[in-house]
Amino acid sequence: MRHDHLITSKQLTREDIETILDRAAEIDADPSAVADRHTNTLLGLLFFEPSTRTKMSFETAMKRLGGDVVDMGSVESSSVKKGETLADTVRVIEGYTDALVLRHPKQGSATMASEFVDVPLVNAGDGAGHHPSQTLLDLYTIRENAGLDDLTIGIMGDLKYGRTVHSLAHALTNFDAQQHFISPESLRLPREVVYDLHQEDGGAGIREHETLEEILPSLDVLYVTRIQRERFPDEQEYQKVAGEYQIGTETLEAAGDELTIMHPLPRVDEIAPEIDETDHAAYFEQAHNGVPVRMALLDLLLSDDGAADRRGGEADE
Amino acid sequence: MSDDHDHHDGDEHELRVSKIRNGTVIDHVRGGQALNVLAILGIDGSEGEEVSVGMNVPSDRLARKDIVKVEGRELSQDEVDVLSLIAPDATINIVREYEVIEKHRVEPPEIVAGVLSCPNAGCITTSGEPVDSRFEVLEDGVRCDYCGTIVRDEIAALIDT
Ligand SMILES: [Zn+2]
Repeated sequence: MRHDHLITSKQLTREDIETILDRAAEIDADPSAVADRHTNTLLGLLFFEPSTRTKMSFETAMKRLGGDVVDMGSVESSSVKKGETLADTVRVIEGYTDALVLRHPKQGSATMASEFVDVPLVNAGDGAGHHPSQTLLDLYTIRENAGLDDLTIGIMGDLKYGRTVHSLAHALTNFDAQQHFISPESLRLPREVVYDLHQEDGGAGIREHETLEEILPSLDVLYVTRIQRERFPDEQEYQKVAGEYQIGTETLEAAGDELTIMHPLPRVDEIAPEIDETDHAAYFEQAHNGVPVRMALLDLLLSDDGAADRRGGEADE
Repeated sequence: MSDDHDHHDGDEHELRVSKIRNGTVIDHVRGGQALNVLAILGIDGSEGEEVSVGMNVPSDRLARKDIVKVEGRELSQDEVDVLSLIAPDATINIVREYEVIEKHRVEPPEIVAGVLSCPNAGCITTSGEPVDSRFEVLEDGVRCDYCGTIVRDEIAALIDT
């Protein structure tokens, strides 16, 4: 991979994505083959907001590659509480580790942090911004279930604050994918994201809707995200929209047999538990895919080739 | 030549805006933007600067234009670049001993760093980190390099003063 850091899915070309997904598939098929590929490698986990799953997924991935992790611990117990800047924190932890994973509540935090460090840095979520490693596991899951070309996907829920949605939508412009965005008026895609999608795609493959009904039958994949109660000024407003964006068995009567349903998890009540047992449900598989995909990603970022690229990059400057 | 018209045009409002001896004349500012030009330059009169402003004066090139004259100050290229965001048609005349010795058109820069503050309260550049703000200049606005926020109409309001 040509990149030192993974900050947004925008930086990924189709070729990058395919390289990572192919590598993930190899690892998935035979995890033991890479069990000691990165012994003596330390990954620094900097999670400025809680995220058990993403953190554990990176931790598992690093350990399955033979390496280990050091963890900053919770923000409450760290020097951040004492007012240390993010720029200082990453510069200190960089000295301990071979790569960093950063989750931070501010948008643009990963971009900024990457300007202060030389080891590879992976953005594991920057506020409402980006979450590219999630996107890679989403793409992996889509490829396994429906294929990435000639794809019709519906992305539904909180599209305004959903960083997984923003990242996925950018990445899908590399493929022949029709994207349908379904949300309440107040939670539509931010204009920045729409601007980019139009730049990258000419806008040809992008449609926005307020209800699922009209496009459900044509979908290969339905990607559902949580509509957060706290986004709404009052409970009534929330109740008005919430029901419209829930998937139950009756919703699926209009869907194609091959429809794959995904969700970055955690879910609350967007997808009824009855769906879990059907062939449509791919969300747990999606979560499991996080490990091989992150193993592939870390392997590529930490490999000798990657290091050579980094040195080469410096020599050019 | 349109420049000749402009000179003629310039002569007329000399009546309204006095000649300067040494400094900068910023001409062909879009009508109503003169005060924002001063804000970008960080000029508010508190330092005792001698500033003349003509607002909404008739112009051949723009129907109405503003003109700003600053005595005793020559604008740097950086300042001129940033002016382009709110005064894309401006001409900059550097004056010494009542003579225009340099005349520049503003050119939009590709990047504006450290001048505008990001309007997104969730942006890392507004959180006390040791970074300058940095905006990519788009055809019809600017975009924060960190959080991606696009600003189109309210750029003048973001000027760090
Ligand atoms: Zn910003």
